[in-house]
Amino acid sequence: MPSEDAAPQLDVDQILADHGVKIIVCCGAGGVGKTTTAAALALRAAEQHGRRTVVLTIDPARRLAQSLGLTELDNTPRQVKGIDVESSGGELHAMMLDMKRTFDDVVLQHTDPAKAAEIFANPFYQAMSSTFAGTQEYMAMEKLGQLHARGEWDLIVVDTPPSRSALDFLDAPARLSRFLDGRMLRLLLAPARSGGRSMFSLVTASFGMFSKVVQKVLGAQLLTDLSGFVAALDSMFGGFRQRAEQTYRILQARETAFLLVATPEPDAVREAAYFAGRLRDERMPLSGLVLNRVHRPAVPELDAEQSRVAAERLTELGGHEATVDVLRAHAALARQAVREQQVAARFTEAFPAVPAVSVTAQPADVHDVDGLRTIGAAISRP
Amino acid sequence: MSAAERPFDPAGTGWSARLHVVTGKGGTGKTSVAAALALALAAGGRRTLLVEVEGRQGIAQLFGIDPLPYEERHLAEAPEGGEVRALAVDAEEALLEYLDMFYKLGAAGRALRKLGAIDFATTIAPGLRDVLLTGKVKEATTRTSGQRRAYDAVVLDAPPTGRIGRFLNVTAETARLAKVGPIKTQSEGVAALLRSPMTAVHVVTLLEEMPVQETVDAIADLTALGFGIGKVIVNGTRPPLPAGRAVTAAELKRGLVAAGLPADRDTVAGLHDEARDQVIRRELEDSLRADLVELGLPMVELPLLPDGVDRAGLAALAQALVRAD
Repeated sequence: MPSEDAAPQLDVDQILADHGVKIIVCCGAGGVGKTTTAAALALRAAEQHGRRTVVLTIDPARRLAQSLGLTELDNTPRQVKGIDVESSGGELHAMMLDMKRTFDDVVLQHTDPAKAAEIFANPFYQAMSSTFAGTQEYMAMEKLGQLHARGEWDLIVVDTPPSRSALDFLDAPARLSRFLDGRMLRLLLAPARSGGRSMFSLVTASFGMFSKVVQKVLGAQLLTDLSGFVAALDSMFGGFRQRAEQTYRILQARETAFLLVATPEPDAVREAAYFAGRLRDERMPLSGLVLNRVHRPAVPELDAEQSRVAAERLTELGGHEATVDVLRAHAALARQAVREQQVAARFTEAFPAVPAVSVTAQPADVHDVDGLRTIGAAISRP
Repeated sequence: MSAAERPFDPAGTGWSARLHVVTGKGGTGKTSVAAALALALAAGGRRTLLVEVEGRQGIAQLFGIDPLPYEERHLAEAPEGGEVRALAVDAEEALLEYLDMFYKLGAAGRALRKLGAIDFATTIAPGLRDVLLTGKVKEATTRTSGQRRAYDAVVLDAPPTGRIGRFLNVTAETARLAKVGPIKTQSEGVAALLRSPMTAVHVVTLLEEMPVQETVDAIADLTALGFGIGKVIVNGTRPPLPAGRAVTAAELKRGLVAAGLPADRDTVAGLHDEARDQVIRRELEDSLRADLVELGLPMVELPLLPDGVDRAGLAALAQALVRAD
């Protein structure tokens, strides 16, 4: 009895057909097929359910991106041609996230061109907009907010960044606004506000100590740059926080459906369980678990041990080498399937009410629209 | 080069660096491979340190132990009396330790943390965070006690291929921010170690398209940045099939009958489908393997562990890592 049968079956078509669902967020550990799943769902929503869909991908595999017509990172949704939407009337648009450009756009929106130019030239901005841990996550949220605000699509499917931890995606807005709004920043801002007299004029003893250390360790140039960066961003605090909060509320709304994506591997399942817990704590709508790359023997009645014993018997008999190969491969497959069920059961035991669907492993990787269509069908009709 | 800095090659294992940086795409099993390498290099009375830097507690989860603190701890016994220790480096702790070492902060350091200063300092400049993390790794790698090095080898469970170039390229990242001062000096020291023959970057992959593509890309990036690539480690491989050819349904049916197994139409068709998928899969794997061979780097293949990575599995991987040479 496959363990995933213990969980309610996830009906993806029901979600895709529900016009009340405007946003689908795919999340999970790196390397579990999030991007492919997001693209497959978006394609199916357009082709089968006639929805005007946009898929926001983050760092897709080159060939998958090409199959969606994404040849450049231009940060704007492009319509995907050559898909089968004649009968459904749907549309599929796709885009790749350009983290830095999204950040630049946010800055431009919140300040005048002169100040923006000053911010762009600051080395701290350059470091932060391209490398800040969480910037990609935050910018994915920002882009989602923008796409949602444009109101041009009736379904937005979002792939999430391969974070070091799934939590980064949810924490990024809070972290960034904590950072931009923090005590430290206000302390550093003091000189900008008091006419630049002293960097640390109104601070505690320990902070005075810190400032000395900071000056020694980092050097005066760095502090000047930092202070300039912070002063320039100061005017944007309110805007940043407001947008982060807005996006957060959209994620909590009923129009959003979170789908966890995992493979039946311990790390991926652990990450999915962790994320499920977080979504529950944050009161965000979790619709289900898509378990990718599940191995299922075509002949489940023949178990690993029987198959192994039979292969040995045939080896002794001789003359059946090809069948021996098949039986050995079947034994390995059956054994892997049993192990995968045990691993997947860890999620089901922790979250018995979360609907799940298993997607059988494809013999070859997916990098064209036909492949995405096959995956979409497999997710919907396992 | 002093005696303490000379590269070594424990028992001719073919792993000649002192600091082994293990990267790979997410899901390729780089933590397991790093742990197995630490075990392998500790065999025979040596001592190694297994380090993680991303706050994932992957080592603790792999070994089924409590979360690791920022402290070098006994992790496992290696064969023939060796020892693997483990350390989870935390950037904030490393910064405090670093400040304390140079400026004797004491209680003021804790006050700084309360103020959020440490969080701030490591957040504002991600390059700084990486200098602190790699700086700690460098310290452990070069540490000596008396005439002996503290560790025969240090194995770093590094960030994944997508981030590894930036992570290791600490000087470039910090140079933009800190033009002078101890941070700059520190990052230059780290960069020198990372680019010396004492360090090797190993890339873990599976015989799947995306991981192989990322492996090829990462190796190109790392090479351009001046890092020495050690080995390409192919994880989860299966033994070749002896017959190694497609089977016909009739042949299969005869074989099943001879083995005394059910040979009804469904069984034959099902197994025939499995065999066909297997052939497609194997062909793809062979072509991906050829792509990896083309890199011209030493390659190690590790077996797929049918029961997952438990302690016995780690020992098997450790053996395969050194036997390969």
